[in-house]
Amino acid sequence: MNPDALLGGFADAPLQSARAFRGTLEALARPGEIREVTGAMPPAPLSVAAGVLLLILCDGTTSVHLAGAYDCAALRDWITFHCGAPLMAAEDAMFAVGDWDALQPVTRFAVGQPDYPDRSATLIIEMPDLSPQGQRLTGPGIATSAQLSLPETAAFRANRTLFPLGFDAFLTCGTQVAGLPRSTIVEES
Amino acid sequence: MYVAVKGGERAIDNAHAWLAEERRGDTTVSELSVAQIREQLALAVNRVMAEGSLYDPDLAALAIKQARGDLIEAIFLIRAYRTTLPRLGASLPVKTEEMAVIRRVSATFKDLPGGQILGPTFDYTHRLLDFKLAAEGEVPAAPTAPASTAPVPHVTEFLNREGMIETEPTGDAQPADLTREPMELPANRALRLQAITRGDEGFILSMAYSTQRGYGRTHAFVGELRIGTVAVEMDIPELGFAVEIGEIELTECETVNQFKGSKTVAPQFTRGYGLVFGQTERKAIAMSLVDRSLRWAELGEDYTGAPAQDEEFVLMHADNVQATGFLEHIKLPHYVDFQSELELVRRLRAEVFATQEAAE
Amino acid sequence: MIVHPAPQPTDRKAWMGLLARAKPAHLATLFPQLPPHDFLRAPEIGAVMVRGRIGGTGQPFNLGEMTVTRCALRLGSGTVGHGHVQGRDKAHATRAAVLDALLQTDQAAALQISVLQPLAEGEAQRRATRAAKAAATRVEFFTLVRGEDQ
Repeated sequence: MNPDALLGGFADAPLQSARAFRGTLEALARPGEIREVTGAMPPAPLSVAAGVLLLILCDGTTSVHLAGAYDCAALRDWITFHCGAPLMAAEDAMFAVGDWDALQPVTRFAVGQPDYPDRSATLIIEMPDLSPQGQRLTGPGIATSAQLSLPETAAFRANRTLFPLGFDAFLTCGTQVAGLPRSTIVEES
Repeated sequence: MYVAVKGGERAIDNAHAWLAEERRGDTTVSELSVAQIREQLALAVNRVMAEGSLYDPDLAALAIKQARGDLIEAIFLIRAYRTTLPRLGASLPVKTEEMAVIRRVSATFKDLPGGQILGPTFDYTHRLLDFKLAAEGEVPAAPTAPASTAPVPHVTEFLNREGMIETEPTGDAQPADLTREPMELPANRALRLQAITRGDEGFILSMAYSTQRGYGRTHAFVGELRIGTVAVEMDIPELGFAVEIGEIELTECETVNQFKGSKTVAPQFTRGYGLVFGQTERKAIAMSLVDRSLRWAELGEDYTGAPAQDEEFVLMHADNVQATGFLEHIKLPHYVDFQSELELVRRLRAEVFATQEAAE
Repeated sequence: MIVHPAPQPTDRKAWMGLLARAKPAHLATLFPQLPPHDFLRAPEIGAVMVRGRIGGTGQPFNLGEMTVTRCALRLGSGTVGHGHVQGRDKAHATRAAVLDALLQTDQAAALQISVLQPLAEGEAQRRATRAAKAAATRVEFFTLVRGEDQ
């Protein structure tokens, strides 16, 4: 394993992971709100926010799929050392990381089973930019409506029709993260 | 129905303070240290580790002290603690054939390579209370004899050579883990063994005893019982190889059971298996009997309705933390549930009396 | 900078096992002063699921967990060391990781003598004592000859 893979984890794991987890929880509870998370310094092409998500959400019992350019030696080693998560094919993954194009088709990810809807995948979608404009979001956790620059509409609308099954998503860019749970209704604005 | 009840905080605080005082007991008697429990109540520590499902003698000893010697309470404390630990991974399967044995006996073969090693056993003691222990005193060192360091082979391997006993299907499939995913029935043998090894010793013992008395009889012999230490190895991804992370003491029991054969298999012996943390031989023997009795379906035996053949009955009732949690919760406030029951019974009684009056 | 021959994985495996099995207090006496180091993974207490095999030889099953403390660090020289030790002693894991790193440097020969050798001897002694006590409880069967025709 490349020695650089051992760098870039939390320096003060108890505090940093608790803060980051809280931020992530809030992001998922308030879909569309953009938050900052910091503390990880993962190798390229992974963003800081996606790195933080992997550090706090993944361990040896959560399989991770690296899509497209993210499936590189530097990132595989980094995840193996810092998370211990097994790297898997898209169909078997509990978490998937990549840009939107590389994650396609998103219908291949697990959406859970009627008796265990939680056995579904969480997508970490790396974005070139993330801003509170674009698609209109409504649903649980949103007072009236929110706006978020999503990569497309149709896939999320299709996912919503599966509720209570479906995948959950985080959108990340730099240190920014926004949550998009399966319960959110996405419309063109 | 559960309703949050407020109040009673002061009573609870005071009860806890008194509990702490009672735990300490008479202060003119010197306090028990955790190290004393670990060293001198080692079999209690072993039981707490086995059923708490966490190998850490110091923690188990602390739990016993905190629980005032209530082992199920101590097991509960260990189970609660282990949920706070991140899972760093899984070990490679331990190699019990390489165990450094301190005890190894076979009830099936008198003269076997490696010999019968009694170890520090209660067997052959007269079960007379030893009042000398009431007085403190030095214990003389146990005698020694020249020892070989060669690994002691498993007894069942000898039977294997003649094809007299079934061979275990080998492989490296990832076993299901009931601490991570809810147990789903029917469970495979790996999952059953996990449930039994952490199950309540008394329950597993009674289940095993019931098979001996005829409720799902399996005609078990202890092919081999061994106690000793094994190395625990784990793959370390950042190193690219496996390293030893420590040593644990285990008890292993293999039973040899009669099997009359089936349409496809010639008569041969079958196996039951027990493997438990620590020096826990009663549990390991019981585990191997229960393991064997739960295998009736795969071996094409008859289901006689015996409790020890009923996978759901055994696996769903073996865990003493689950059992005690559900049992003991009924002493906690159920005021609202009971109020509704009370009103129901009053109404039913009133209806009965009204009918009686109308009839008269 | 002097380049040292990389240690054989078998050697490293052996010393990591020895350091993990060492009694923390014994290790601390043999190697009290730690050189400066930076943590790559601060000492962390966790659990490892110990597995057995069905029937001793068959498919794996989960036996139960054990406590393990691990840590990864880098010495000033850049050498990386890893420690994975049984129990909950962070100082033990740190000391094991520092020694793992130092044993990859030119200090290896000296540490072999001052740390690894005493550890190995202590361990061999402990094991031999238990094996000898066990051997003393080995049953020597003798058969009483019975019957008419001798």
